[in-house]
Amino acid sequence: MASSATVGDLVSQPYKYGFVTDIETEKIAKGLSEDVVRLISAKKNEPPFLLDFRLRSFRQWLQMEEPDWATLGHPPIDYQEIIYYAAPKQQEKKASLDEVDPKLLETFEKLGIPLSEQKRLSNVAVDAVFDSVSIATTYREKLAEHGVIFCSISEAVKDHADLIEKYLGTVVPGNDNYFAALNSAVFSDGSFVFIPKGVACPMELSTYFRINSGDTGQFERTLIVAEEGASVSYLEGCTAPMFDTNQLHAAVVELVALDDASIKYSTVQNWYAGDENGKGGIYNFVTKRGQCRGDRSYISWTQVETGSAITWKYPSCVLQGADSVGEFYSVALTNNRQQADTGTKMIHVGPRTRSTIVSKGISAGHSSNSYRGLVQLGPKAVGARNYSQCDSMLIGDQAAANTYPYIRSQQPDASIEHEASTCRISADQLFYLQSRGIAFEEAVSMMVSGFCRDVFNQLPMEFAAEADKLLALKLEGSVG
Amino acid sequence: MIRPDAPVLLEIRDLTARVEDQPILKGVSLTIRAGEIHAVMGRNGSGKSTLSKVLAGHPAYTVTGGSVHYRGEDLLGLEPELRARAGLFLGFQYPVEIPGVSNLEFLRVATNARRAGKGEEELDTFAFEDLVRERLLVVQMDPAFLERSVNEGFSGGEKKRNEILQMALLEPLVAVLDETDSGLDIDALRIVAGGVNHLAGPDNATLLITHYQRLLDVITPDYVHVMAAGRILRTGGKELALELEERGYDWVDAELAALERTPAEVG
Repeated sequence: MASSATVGDLVSQPYKYGFVTDIETEKIAKGLSEDVVRLISAKKNEPPFLLDFRLRSFRQWLQMEEPDWATLGHPPIDYQEIIYYAAPKQQEKKASLDEVDPKLLETFEKLGIPLSEQKRLSNVAVDAVFDSVSIATTYREKLAEHGVIFCSISEAVKDHADLIEKYLGTVVPGNDNYFAALNSAVFSDGSFVFIPKGVACPMELSTYFRINSGDTGQFERTLIVAEEGASVSYLEGCTAPMFDTNQLHAAVVELVALDDASIKYSTVQNWYAGDENGKGGIYNFVTKRGQCRGDRSYISWTQVETGSAITWKYPSCVLQGADSVGEFYSVALTNNRQQADTGTKMIHVGPRTRSTIVSKGISAGHSSNSYRGLVQLGPKAVGARNYSQCDSMLIGDQAAANTYPYIRSQQPDASIEHEASTCRISADQLFYLQSRGIAFEEAVSMMVSGFCRDVFNQLPMEFAAEADKLLALKLEGSVG
Repeated sequence: MIRPDAPVLLEIRDLTARVEDQPILKGVSLTIRAGEIHAVMGRNGSGKSTLSKVLAGHPAYTVTGGSVHYRGEDLLGLEPELRARAGLFLGFQYPVEIPGVSNLEFLRVATNARRAGKGEEELDTFAFEDLVRERLLVVQMDPAFLERSVNEGFSGGEKKRNEILQMALLEPLVAVLDETDSGLDIDALRIVAGGVNHLAGPDNATLLITHYQRLLDVITPDYVHVMAAGRILRTGGKELALELEERGYDWVDAELAALERTPAEVG
């Protein structure tokens, strides 16, 4: 029989991406030192400027302290116990998919990301990253016809070194914060996107990150550049096997939008969250920032965060160009012992810049879910506007929801609005829906997707249904 | 309309129920046949709202004894959603607000669940829109209400009209309407009652739970039951309601007191 206690049980859906692919991997010895940084750079045949960037970042990291201001708790991370480079054994990136290890293709197919020509998604180009290495990127030729570059960052370092040198580390500097510095020193792979002047990218771009090894840290680096008048929509997805140890994931994403450019960046994060007692799961410490460098440029972050034992993530926009626009739409679902401290920073520098923040936190079980957001208006941000809305939904009576909005304004001629609300799925609401013939699970799912609708509407069409399904999966289950 | 040969839709026998440790229903028996309109009257706390919640399967109420048969089958073993699909409807005294869930979508899912219960095929979005626009007329509701979240920001009268709209869509065989008249002004009362009268037919039955005669001025019951302390004390025709209106509930107290002195005579 339905009751609010069983709503809690509902959220405990077994994780279905928890398998491990048995594949031969090349790993370096665990531990971190300057030699390890040099070794990673050498393995990737990097030009000197990149080794310099890594070494500078590493030296700064050594001087830094792990941040402790977030509403998160975890045992200390031993950075010498982590392996900083792991790659499935295959010599070179393959020119054709036929040469990629079928086990890898099979893995991605199992994850719902078919890469082979017959099966791949017809309107989405995919870069598939397995542990530290990009194994395949689809539709490259078609994109190249439009001048769009979409490849792994390692390839970009080889083939487009000038662009990498020009943009890498310009949005998130090597010493930005503890985890960004660590990433800058040891980053392995990730995606590079370049949309030249005036080009609207003809298809959705997407990177799929798969962690496979149990003792390896994940340090991807993504860089997206949209030149004047260019536009692109990009989506990343993530899964990992179930291990009873924790894996560290410290990624950096940088976005650059020049005059009139637009970048829409969406994330569906479903790393392994640990078991119901909080054993295992990914520690997700991620730095994502976009710079609206040009006038009238636009950057939008949409995230659906359902996995990870710990999420520490604040996708931000630096609104430098006049009339530029930043958006942040977020759904964060935590269950069991998961902890999330996530939000955004909207830094208004230029005049008449606008930002919108819509955050939806859902906490179930014994989890803790915090929104932390900064809205900052500088002295030149005349006529700037911000609207923030932070809603929390509690399921059961053991979960916690917090909202920490920070507002700093040096601009008297600006408008800042902040709205916050907290609600609970009540037994009476569920009974009302049930008494109209709607099954208990569907009733919960209807209410949760209703709560998240403002955010799901922002996802690319192909993925909005996916996100809905993912939440439903997390919320379906044990009630029979 | 009373027809002694009409099929029995709802058969309640010696029903007892509690909330937490508090016994509320202390032996309710009631037989409802197709075509009939019943009114259950009583003071606050007499157990009449509890009866409606127990029939619909609210999880906060525990049945401790007795039986309820719906069209000859055991009702109490069914989940609330299955009772609804089988054609039992509860019109709520206080319909809850469900922010974020669109009224139109909710009505469509509910209607299709009921249709599945009847073995009918699902209506697609377009067919449903046609149906809902037609049924809106029953309660004279503005189509704009379809675009809003379920009951969110609705006035008391709008919520009640939305309840009757649901009833019009779900076409229940037994509709239990809990204090549908409470909080309605006279115009809204007339519209709501008009809807109920419109939907009442020879094949379905209505159980009105109410405090006041004024609802029964506009919906004429075939039977009136007076409830007190978790029992039906007396059953009569519509004139019983008029008698209550005239004499108040004090005589009920006297009768109840007499009953409690001689418990052996109950039943």
